[in-house]
Amino acid sequence: MPHRHTNWLYGIPYWLWIGLFVIAPVALIIYQSFFNIDSHFTLNNYATYFHSGTYLQMTVNSVWYALLVTFFTLLISYPAAYIMSHLKHRDLWLLLIILPTWINILLKAYAFIGIFSQAGIANQFLTLIGIGPRQLLFTKSSFLFVATYIQIPFMILPIYNAILDLSPSYVNASRDLGATNWQTFWRVIWPLTLPGVKSGIQAVFIPSLSLFMLTRLIGGNKIITLGTAIEEHFLTTMNWGMGSTIGVVLIIAMVIIMIFTNSDKPTKGDRPS
Amino acid sequence: MKKHRFSWSHLYLVLVFAVLYAPILFLIVYSFSQGNSMDHFHGFTLQHYQELFDDRRMIVIVINTMLIALLSALISTLIGTLGALQIDKTTNKLTRGTILSLNNILMVSPDVIIGASFLIFFTRFHIGLGFWTVLLSHIAFEIPIVVLMVLPRLSEMSGTMLDAAEDLGATNWQMLSRVILPFISPGIFAGFFMALTYSLDDFAVTFFVTGNGFSTLSVEIYSRARQGISLEINALSGLMFIFALGLIVGYYFIQQANQHRLQKHQKSGAV
Repeated sequence: MPHRHTNWLYGIPYWLWIGLFVIAPVALIIYQSFFNIDSHFTLNNYATYFHSGTYLQMTVNSVWYALLVTFFTLLISYPAAYIMSHLKHRDLWLLLIILPTWINILLKAYAFIGIFSQAGIANQFLTLIGIGPRQLLFTKSSFLFVATYIQIPFMILPIYNAILDLSPSYVNASRDLGATNWQTFWRVIWPLTLPGVKSGIQAVFIPSLSLFMLTRLIGGNKIITLGTAIEEHFLTTMNWGMGSTIGVVLIIAMVIIMIFTNSDKPTKGDRPS
Repeated sequence: MKKHRFSWSHLYLVLVFAVLYAPILFLIVYSFSQGNSMDHFHGFTLQHYQELFDDRRMIVIVINTMLIALLSALISTLIGTLGALQIDKTTNKLTRGTILSLNNILMVSPDVIIGASFLIFFTRFHIGLGFWTVLLSHIAFEIPIVVLMVLPRLSEMSGTMLDAAEDLGATNWQMLSRVILPFISPGIFAGFFMALTYSLDDFAVTFFVTGNGFSTLSVEIYSRARQGISLEINALSGLMFIFALGLIVGYYFIQQANQHRLQKHQKSGAV
């Protein structure tokens, strides 16, 4: 549609934004990754990353936990989204899914500090059923639990939208042609809602690589994610070069995920960054 | 048989919702508890709310947070809308695709990367960390969502409407203010709202670019939560829950208005 009305001058702030806050920062983080702590040009950061086992181990761990979080989130969210999409007042239910995402993530993490504490409600329950109090906070499982908890709405939203887009006539046709419930799901519903699942995975997996506040507050530094390592290098040890190197690794991981989930336009229900 | 399955699925959904809301309700319930721990309820009190309102530092931080959110949302809505108008004008597929990809980089980047790269950026240009760097960063990561909210509305607008306005002798400014802006205003409002929530929700980016001395709510909660439990935070979360509830009701009405418009324009049902 040809528009003749807007002068390109109006666009200047937007182009400035793309130049200064999109291109420049990415360029700077790549540039910074080639400098050591004394601001000398070096390739040592990358050498250290690939040769000292700790960084590779940390990356593998981080990816593994992000995969687990994504898997559990999908496992819980898909049925929930499916059931929701068949409810009568589904708009209202959708709103109820969105509402918790508007509560600050740190408040939710803080709630779990109380719930999982030594004398907290979770341990009271464990005592009640005879297991007795356990160390819950600052364990890997508590990190997994809380991370999954936080990500669930971001997985439900895109899947829910994809299921709504699915025309019921396909499902009816499949049933009429004698497919079992399982066949209908696996051959018709799942492939047709896959785009929603993919954008859900994208919305959950990448942030899960970088949840440094959860590893600190809930995981008790038992798990070091890529995000924790970057935060540590930038704000504690002040080794920006190494931090940027890990940042570049995270960016590459992100690009790989984007290629695999292959969606160049964010769908409805995208998450805050 | 069928009915039976139906109720199982409802039970599952209720369970998911219970888990989603339990921690939030837990926080709010203990905001009314005497004492200083979240393990047993020690009787009703409003003392923590009293402490919260007496906490000068906290009130300053709340005001800062609101100021950053409102200002950044306003400015990013303006820049984003202008950007969307520009993108909409771009007919070349490749250019358009490139601009949109650049636009979406900040949407998909992990917040740690945004925070770290902005920190390098500000330091390199010798911009002191504080209010301004936080404001600039918030504007920066809110612009893409505004563009994404406004753009679909622009492409829904029919060319004939503009032609008619032009034939009737409208100037460029009249076409923008009388035809285009009213038509895309639901997208602009939705963009503003999303920008506002992005700003209020952000922790990681702010954490990187805030420096000493300036703090927003999430950064403050983080540093207090690291020191352990203080029921003042519970009181704060109670208030924030009410606030979020208000915001989402507002957003819901904007969405409803959008859908009515959509249904008027295309006669299809589901959006």
